[in-house]
Amino acid sequence: MKNTNWRLIYAHTVLIIGVIFMSFPVWVAFSTSTHDDVTILRNGLQFWPGTHFFETYWEVLFVEGGVMKSVLGTTMLKNSLILGIGFAVGKVIISMLAAYAIVYFRFRLAAPLFWIIFMTLLLPLEVRIIPSYEVMAGLNLLDTHTGLIVPLIASATGTFFFRQFFRSVPEELLEAARLDGATPWRFFVDILIPLSKTMIAAILIIMFVVGWNQYLWPLIMTTKEENYTLVIGIKQIYQVLAEGGELPQYQKAFALTILATLPPVLVVLVFQNWFVKGLVESEK
Amino acid sequence: MKRVQFEHSPIPYLFIAPQIVIIAVFFLWPAAQAIYQSFLLEDAFGLSSQFVWFKNYSDTVFSNSWLQAAGFTAVFSTLVTLLSLAIALLLAVKANEVIHGARTYKTTLMWAYAIAPPVAGLMGNLMFHPLIGDLYKLMNAIGWDFDHKLDAFDASFVVILISVWKQVSVNFIFFLSGLQGIPHSVVEAATMDCKNATRRFWTITFPLLAPTTFFLMVINITYAFFETFGIIDTTTRGAPGGSTNTLVYKVFQDGFRGADLGGSSAQSVVLMLVVLALTVLQFRFIERKVHY
Repeated sequence: MKNTNWRLIYAHTVLIIGVIFMSFPVWVAFSTSTHDDVTILRNGLQFWPGTHFFETYWEVLFVEGGVMKSVLGTTMLKNSLILGIGFAVGKVIISMLAAYAIVYFRFRLAAPLFWIIFMTLLLPLEVRIIPSYEVMAGLNLLDTHTGLIVPLIASATGTFFFRQFFRSVPEELLEAARLDGATPWRFFVDILIPLSKTMIAAILIIMFVVGWNQYLWPLIMTTKEENYTLVIGIKQIYQVLAEGGELPQYQKAFALTILATLPPVLVVLVFQNWFVKGLVESEK
Repeated sequence: MKRVQFEHSPIPYLFIAPQIVIIAVFFLWPAAQAIYQSFLLEDAFGLSSQFVWFKNYSDTVFSNSWLQAAGFTAVFSTLVTLLSLAIALLLAVKANEVIHGARTYKTTLMWAYAIAPPVAGLMGNLMFHPLIGDLYKLMNAIGWDFDHKLDAFDASFVVILISVWKQVSVNFIFFLSGLQGIPHSVVEAATMDCKNATRRFWTITFPLLAPTTFFLMVINITYAFFETFGIIDTTTRGAPGGSTNTLVYKVFQDGFRGADLGGSSAQSVVLMLVVLALTVLQFRFIERKVHY
């Protein structure tokens, strides 16, 4: 009995150290963001929240020149939301349609087309950065939402996920639907989509986080400040801090990291069960 | 595939078309361009180019800076993979053991998944900032002459620490769901047969987790290769002296900052081969899992 107690104490100790390790940087970032620039410069990072919370966040979000030269925090927030939601929704639509075609239809080019989709796994953005940029420039899609979102949604992960799920749907459903004379579109809309509700929710959550956190693609796709997402704003802040100049505004840099972190973290926490399900299932 | 399917018709082509069109325009075409350009040498103004066979490959792949980046990438991905897997496994095993507060631990350990690598990078960068960074001061206070702006080892330390931190939560989620997937009957039988918990873990639990572990290794190597771009770009940017350049970061630097199109493309093609190898590895493993 005593033995078990010690084991539990040990387990809790390890876990608490783990929680501190994982949470400490974010806590310090938050605390520091609520102090003023002079305090931080004089005393370093802060471990407890200060009194400048509203001031700093107000300036970062709503005041021109508060954090970037011309773009407001709210504009970046909006751009990040558009990217996150657009990416998630686009990905679900496009991959459900493709997976439906692959699983439920017999057609001649099924195998080669499936392999084309599979190929996207072999071609992450990082191995085709520069020609991708050239294609986007050629199509006049730089600095547009279309250019930012559309090329990202075509990768195979979502399609594989729905393909896997559709295959587990009982065959009898299609037989019954066909006996009732349902068209392919009817079957898709009236039976398959309602059946996939949980799966759709799970993949939407994962993909929102993935889209929100995109870095390299928006980095090369956006040149105008007004199109920056929060994550790209981080990059600019880094540059400003590295180059020096006036009194460095560390509290604003930290405030921006907190703003860039909060929405995806909230989504993950609120929809925790769906999120874990989506993550574990989609990677299989 | 389904036994019952819809008959031949143009409908499936309509359904699959959007994805195929996007892939063709934004994946296949640029990739083909990269391969094509890797055989070309452009003049300084990009006006004319000539076909040079494998010159770009031999020039870049055998250059000191590429070999340095390859070496760093190897060490970096090994350490990041091993450390983040080890930490995550320990935490997952303990989180699976406790009853009180299990859900709280799970939540507080996994939420860092949602933080973008560059955001983690900037946070880490400020923690190690020479002026305000407490970690920077702490390192120096304990007698380590720490300066990641000048010292290659210290810079690598910073990048690895942040990369591990960022990756622990994903591994934790997978390990925990792997542990919870082990049937209760197996756990009970093992507990009856073997009183020593440590031995029980290494002889029963760990082998049962092998598929998860193997899968996570591939995921983690891919992460260390590609997704750490954002971390490096907001911390060291490959400095000092290219000592923290990964292969991916070097493609970006040579192509965008250095405007060396041919060399950068050749590096891209080499990376394609790396991804191909990783994918084959992953799928061979999945094939095997099916036969279990």
